[in-house]
Amino acid sequence: MYKFYKTGFRNPNLSFKEKWNNINFTYFFFIFMLAAVGVLMLYSAANGNWNVWALKHAVRFATGVFFMGILVFVDIKVFLHYAYYFYAISLLLLIVVEVAGHTGMGATRWINLGFMKLQPSELMKIALVLALAKYFHSTTLQNIETIRGIIPPLLMALVPAGLIMIQPDLGTGAMLLMTTGVILFVVGVQIWKFAAIGIGVAALMPIAWHFLHDYQRQRVLTFLNPERDPLGAGYHIMQSKIALGSGGVFGKGFLSGTQSHLNFLPEKHTDFIFTMLSEEFGIIGALAVIIINFLILLYSYSFALKTTSYFAKLTIIGLSTNYFLYIFINIAMVLGLIPVVGVPLPMISYGGTVMLSVMASFGIIMAMYVNKDTNLGKD
Amino acid sequence: MNRDNSKGKVLILRTLVWGGIQLLLLLVIVARLVYLQVYEADKYKTMSEENRISSRILVPPRGVIFDRNGVPLADNKQNFQAMLVAEQTNSVDRTIEQFKKLMPLSESEEARVRRDLKRYRRFVPIKLKEGLNWEEVSKILLATREMAGVVVDDGLSRSYPFGKQTAHVLGYVAAVSEEDLTKDNDPLLETPGFKIGKIGLEKRYEKTLRGKGGNLKLEVNAVGRVMKEIEREDGESGKPLNLTLDSRLQQKAYELFGEQSGAAVLMDVNSGEILMFISMPSYDSNDFVQGVSQDVYNALLYDEKQPLINKAIAGRYSPGSTFKMMVALAALEAGVITKDTRVGCSGKLNFGNHLFHCWKKTGHGALNVVEALQHSCDVFFYEVAHRVGIDRIAAMARRFGLGAQTALKFDDEKAGVIPDRAWKLANLGESWQGGETLIAGIGQGYVLTTPIQLAVMTARIANGGKMVEPSLTKVSPKKIAKFKDMGINPVHMALIKEGMCSVVNRPGGTALMSAFDYKGKKMCGKTGTTQVKRITMKERQTGIVRQEDTPWKYRNHALFVGYAPHDNPKYAVAVLVEHGGGGSSVAAPIASKLLKEALILDEENE
Repeated sequence: MYKFYKTGFRNPNLSFKEKWNNINFTYFFFIFMLAAVGVLMLYSAANGNWNVWALKHAVRFATGVFFMGILVFVDIKVFLHYAYYFYAISLLLLIVVEVAGHTGMGATRWINLGFMKLQPSELMKIALVLALAKYFHSTTLQNIETIRGIIPPLLMALVPAGLIMIQPDLGTGAMLLMTTGVILFVVGVQIWKFAAIGIGVAALMPIAWHFLHDYQRQRVLTFLNPERDPLGAGYHIMQSKIALGSGGVFGKGFLSGTQSHLNFLPEKHTDFIFTMLSEEFGIIGALAVIIINFLILLYSYSFALKTTSYFAKLTIIGLSTNYFLYIFINIAMVLGLIPVVGVPLPMISYGGTVMLSVMASFGIIMAMYVNKDTNLGKD
Repeated sequence: MNRDNSKGKVLILRTLVWGGIQLLLLLVIVARLVYLQVYEADKYKTMSEENRISSRILVPPRGVIFDRNGVPLADNKQNFQAMLVAEQTNSVDRTIEQFKKLMPLSESEEARVRRDLKRYRRFVPIKLKEGLNWEEVSKILLATREMAGVVVDDGLSRSYPFGKQTAHVLGYVAAVSEEDLTKDNDPLLETPGFKIGKIGLEKRYEKTLRGKGGNLKLEVNAVGRVMKEIEREDGESGKPLNLTLDSRLQQKAYELFGEQSGAAVLMDVNSGEILMFISMPSYDSNDFVQGVSQDVYNALLYDEKQPLINKAIAGRYSPGSTFKMMVALAALEAGVITKDTRVGCSGKLNFGNHLFHCWKKTGHGALNVVEALQHSCDVFFYEVAHRVGIDRIAAMARRFGLGAQTALKFDDEKAGVIPDRAWKLANLGESWQGGETLIAGIGQGYVLTTPIQLAVMTARIANGGKMVEPSLTKVSPKKIAKFKDMGINPVHMALIKEGMCSVVNRPGGTALMSAFDYKGKKMCGKTGTTQVKRITMKERQTGIVRQEDTPWKYRNHALFVGYAPHDNPKYAVAVLVEHGGGGSSVAAPIASKLLKEALILDEENE
């Protein structure tokens, strides 16, 4: 309890007023703009109806802002101190879901809390970044450069990633591994080790193929050749490309996307919402959303540069990377650049868990920036 | 501390590298967006429109065919059809099973339904059954709840009120075949259930009767449901076709033929307008509209009386004695005989090593040309044919329209044969024999004509040698004025006419029994009886077997060509009764009644 006390709740580095003054409201404004685009697009996706998705999306954003607000004022020392506990709890929840999934009915990915469904895999995305940040904050470059030094972080990533992948949620599991890969890269793990892992993975590919579910194999095959089966699995990608391309430069106009509103476009309120946006607002609308996201990322990395502590820097980089992967995978998927993996476009796609986890990430990033001058030493 | 510092430097350096990579990846996305939304936008816009818009063709009503008095001969009648819309049912199979419980579907019908289901998109209604009556319609409507996807639609279907009486001249419409699709790229042909003219006038006037299809552009959603109408372009109804036929004469001819087989054509001698055109036995055009079964079709196809053949234009027959006018005219024009030239008939003529018989064993004595026509003396025409020669006979026959297709331009019309020396050499590779001229002189041997040609020949005789052409549609006075005069000596024409009038009206004429006098209007004509089977020497000695005792297909063909009124000809007729027996006893009465009827109707119309 003493340590708890010491780490900031009772004895924070900064007063409430100092923290308030350190909040970057421009950053928040960008996030708000994305959510506003989301509300508008969901209004359109429901053929001009607020009640289906748009209002709920707005309410969730408000909820997200509330959680964000709490997180912004949490002292950085608390994050550092509880990083491993948080990770442990997330891992435990993942195991619970896995066991429940096998004993219960089919694949389960969430725990029903009554007011919301908690997806432990989303919690894990944040928990893993914090845990890895804490690990690397506490270690030396020499240690990082040894194989022994990277075994703990690799295990920290591989165990939950494996659990998520067998749910099966290939997309989230892969994102977890990619985020880990980026963190290992930025902390200074030698390039040759990545090359070695790359070769190893390539060698294991045929075995992985064997373990893939049939629908996952279909997705990969369809990605490689979308015209293979235009009315089956390739239909989604084809219709998405038609919707996007037909939007042209200026788009077909708000509420006037024919591909979307006549239901040629599947999942237009979730994974394919970027397609609908591009159909209705053309490349101008698409670029606007990409630019806002680019600014969010730019600000995030500038925060990382401006913070003093290694923990804060790595946490921001890890969470931003995670956010970037969402954006990139979703958009590249609807553009037909990568297979359809079922990753939403955060802040815009309809879906509570992802929105909350992303907004929690933004809250943590902002909290790190609020504590930019705090020197955590070596814990 | 130094180590820590470098740990921070590595982090910043590597983060900048990773930031660069992210920027690059975002640029890839932007490049892809530009490629899809700017560079390939037009391609995808087209694809998007194709997704969204479903074009439907509005089928125009087919032009009605009328007779000369405005009586419809081919009409469009309301046709209740049960249709299946695939998108409105979860299980097409179950719906079809349910429907079959209500109304049996034959195997071929079901096969067609299944083929159409594959051929058209899910929202296109597919015909299950057509020609439903009220009772059947209400039965279906009551059961629609158990048969999702079945709807009743009232379309138009072709109907022929006179059925068998007009079958050969009108032809019929039927479903579009694959072959039709390759010949004609009108999008209407791709419409489910569309029918086109297959034969007869329905085929000949297909272009004008069909009209132009309209276009309906609908916005449809991904499952094919119609959201709204985008554009409607109305088509054009098919143009009506006014024929010169008189339905009452068609009916009369049909009744006069009864069970007999043959053909008859009645035309206006001045304009060439055809008032009656029939081929017997007939079939019902209505049967073909919905498609006939293979059994019914085979029964028609292999019937020895050949109901599917349009005998008026496609039946080739020896003209027999009706050809004698041509021989006589050729001889008169060539000057080898005059009106006073007499030829003695002893019942037979010896030519070369052959004996040529007259139909009258005891002979006719000495006859001039008029008497020879009146009695149809064979020996006279053997002698005259020999004198004038085959080439001049053939030339004369051709001037009167024999041996060539007429202006009717039906696909299945036959030319027939008018033989001469050159023809025989070209077609048989043999030179002409003198005896063959004699045989041709009585319209037998190689000579083959169609009933329509005989009607045209008779009309050209009746109108005094004008080259009238037959027509089933109204002929303008301007066109009538254009019919050229053949330039035949009117005195000679008068002799031929006198001979034809004697046939019917003078004692001893071969068609005396068929004469009529309707308010001073009389008929003139010429009988013909042609052998289908050669009479053997033995038969001549033992007495010819009676026609009634020979099998149908070996009996003689009966012919009659004629015109009326005798003094101012208006109508010409040609009647052929296949294996009917004698021209005077079988064909002449039919021709006589038809001409008289035409005159009576003429009076009624005035």
